[in-house]
Amino acid sequence: MKRFTELYLRLDQSNATNDKLEALTDYLREAPPADAAWAVYFLSGRRLKRLLKRADLKQWALDASGYPEWVLAETYEAVGDLAETIALLLPDRDTSSGPANDDRCLRNWIEERLIPLGREPEETQGQRLKTWWATQSADERFVLNKLMTGALRVGVSQKLVTRALAQHFDTEPALIAQRMMGDWEPTAEFFAFLETGDGLEQNLAAPYPFFLAAPLEQVPTELGDASDWQAEWKWDGIRAQIIRRQGDIAIWSRGEERLDARFPEIEAALGQLPDGTVLDGEILGFLGDAPEPRYTFAALQPRIGRKKPSARILESHPVEFMAYDLLELGGVDCRELPLAERRKRLAELLATTHGELKLSPVVNADDWSALTAAREQSRERGVEGLMLKEKASAYGVGRQRGSWWKWKVEPYTVDAVLLYAQPGSGRRSNLFTDYTFGVWQDGQLVTLCKAYSGLDNAEIRELDRWIRGNTLERFGPVRAVPAVHVFEIGFEAIWPSKRHKAGFALRFPRILRWRRDLAPADAEQLVDVARLAGAAED
Amino acid sequence: MTDLLTLTNQGIYCPTGDFYIDPWPNGAEPRPALAIVTHGHADHARPGSTRYLATPGTAAIMRARMGADVPVDTLDYRVQRRFGAVDVSLHPAGHVLGSAQVRVSDGRETWVASGDFKRDRDPSCEPFEVVPCDTFITEATFALPIYRWPDGRDVVRSLLDWWRGNLERDRATVLFCYALGKAQRVLAELHALAATETLPGDVLLHGAMTKLIDVYRDHAVSLHPTTPVTAVDDRQRLRRALTLAPPSAAGSSWMRRFGTHRSGFVSGWMRVRGNRRRRGYDRGFVLSDHADWPALLTTIEENGARRVLATHGKTEVLVRFLRERGVDAAELKTRFGEEEAP
Repeated sequence: MKRFTELYLRLDQSNATNDKLEALTDYLREAPPADAAWAVYFLSGRRLKRLLKRADLKQWALDASGYPEWVLAETYEAVGDLAETIALLLPDRDTSSGPANDDRCLRNWIEERLIPLGREPEETQGQRLKTWWATQSADERFVLNKLMTGALRVGVSQKLVTRALAQHFDTEPALIAQRMMGDWEPTAEFFAFLETGDGLEQNLAAPYPFFLAAPLEQVPTELGDASDWQAEWKWDGIRAQIIRRQGDIAIWSRGEERLDARFPEIEAALGQLPDGTVLDGEILGFLGDAPEPRYTFAALQPRIGRKKPSARILESHPVEFMAYDLLELGGVDCRELPLAERRKRLAELLATTHGELKLSPVVNADDWSALTAAREQSRERGVEGLMLKEKASAYGVGRQRGSWWKWKVEPYTVDAVLLYAQPGSGRRSNLFTDYTFGVWQDGQLVTLCKAYSGLDNAEIRELDRWIRGNTLERFGPVRAVPAVHVFEIGFEAIWPSKRHKAGFALRFPRILRWRRDLAPADAEQLVDVARLAGAAED
Repeated sequence: MTDLLTLTNQGIYCPTGDFYIDPWPNGAEPRPALAIVTHGHADHARPGSTRYLATPGTAAIMRARMGADVPVDTLDYRVQRRFGAVDVSLHPAGHVLGSAQVRVSDGRETWVASGDFKRDRDPSCEPFEVVPCDTFITEATFALPIYRWPDGRDVVRSLLDWWRGNLERDRATVLFCYALGKAQRVLAELHALAATETLPGDVLLHGAMTKLIDVYRDHAVSLHPTTPVTAVDDRQRLRRALTLAPPSAAGSSWMRRFGTHRSGFVSGWMRVRGNRRRRGYDRGFVLSDHADWPALLTTIEENGARRVLATHGKTEVLVRFLRERGVDAAELKTRFGEEEAP
């Protein structure tokens, strides 16, 4: 555990990618393979199943520290992270009895201590944990608490872990990325598999790494001849990979989460595909049964988070899979084929299917000006813009710039007034960075949405100071502030919802700019916001 | 019975002695005739009073910051001076050079206003002195139990390790710290370490740091030798050095001279990970010139105060905690801590 704590600190103590890479490769070189497998598991964002209740954890921290509950609450407010709060609050290790010599390896900690802990009665859990805390340094305690309570979040991306592994094994990052996909058990065998690609039974459900598009910032004409590019609508749904191998079916989200059982109609439709097929596409919700269904994120919303949708929901909120790429056919990886060829085979494959399995149409246009005109129809179609994909390109891994671009339309905007603020979490834990905005209805400001991002650090600090000095009322961590500051809020879609008083939900609301030139009276009227929602629905 | 010290619009005031302690003159009301200044940080030593009284160390800092003509008289530590019906004396607060607690007594009752203080060992200023009192006016900057300071020498030693690590990887090392107190404390610790081992390179200073470091040297505080950054032309030498700079230099064009570098920040706030990450520093070093949680509690116990007034920082926490332990405690709403980050 000391070695892993050391790794955590090194990763945490630098903002430079090279330092992190060096820390990772040093660790991989020294750690036993089973430890390394667990480290890769946690650093790639995976976590243990929930072992303990947060409320219990707090109670044990109070027992071990002797402080009243309100002190823990105040401390948590200043720190913003329960794992760290507890690690810092408990008394320092008593070093008079010599250094702690019980240094189990990471694997031992996880497999022999933490996982069994989840099965113990609460009383035993508390006793064990308090004993462990007492022998640990604050840093070790912090890492232990982190492992028990959720993701590590130490500023390491999956891509960086992949790079470190590739460097360690002296192989291609794309191979490592492929081997790390899907569900796997963090074992010494798995770590060996990462190096060699064999030794483990083939994982039939494993997806391919998703290829991600970069936002188009230049004018499209800089991409060259429009005829070298394939344009498609940029759908607003759930990006997903569907797999059919040896009679089994798997659906994966882009966050590498299995979506099995959530979309039974798509799973049923997958039966039409031959074994050894993997498709990339988008799960879409749609409204009505007009000749051309209108796909919207709002229509998909009730299906998100429902692990086993009821018959009623299936009926009222149907979904479809809009396929746009072919990754495997006849059990053969075809990602290296040029897009034009993959597209041709995909079209052939889907020519005979029906129902919930659709082929994402190509937007045909002769030149960039025709495509520009087509993009203007995005709002009416309920899509976010266009995707531009180079016809000669292979299907890449992760975010590689150059051959896939997303060419989104401008967001909707409203000017809204800051009404409430609360502290962020993690690195923003003691700054007020979560804002609630309102618009006018009959001379009153009603809450429209929350937004977390879009201001720069100087603006955040300025606003934070102002909030602290101008609090009208506190509701727990939330502060009500006077209606003074107006912000331009951008968002991608809007639909009726009871989430906020104004009666709408916004998709991806964020602050575009601080409108210091506007007074609260200049902010939007709710009727005008409602008009936007109306336009979005038409 | 009236209080020996009361709060007015312009600060902590002693009606019997007709003086203020660390006032914030507002320009609207008659200016304070006399301001007794606990220490030289800008939120305590403010312009706008007619006359000032401070320790020689604080007076020197005030002259450096506010102008050579600032009307300040000096009073040495532990020397009593009478104002009306009260005796006033200054006692080391251990915060920065010249920092003092102000003791005010009318023979029946004794009040101590601490300004900012700390109990940790610090070779750059006189150590805190416990002054028995009835009412103690305290800071509460770090009044949460998570704030417990490691030994300053160990912190500066880990700083040295970090510097060496950067050297091995050919990266410049820039350490951000406040120009009054923290920079000098780091230099004093480095001076002590240099007695037993060789430091890996020069210690360089941002231009904004030199003036107050010279004040410390004038007061015979032993600091590691320093060179202004601007005096170093040799790029290699620059990259091998440890450069001290005020936090305001972070992200400025001034930083360009260093090329690839790693940044560190020395402050008590670095005890919390989010504070460091939000500011974007690579490394945080936990070193503070303020009292940590144990020091706040110990001090209140040792000076025997029956009443505690907390002026700035986490005052709510300290006040509630003390009250639950039977100490008469309250908040005193001052404007300390507003301008100078600790």
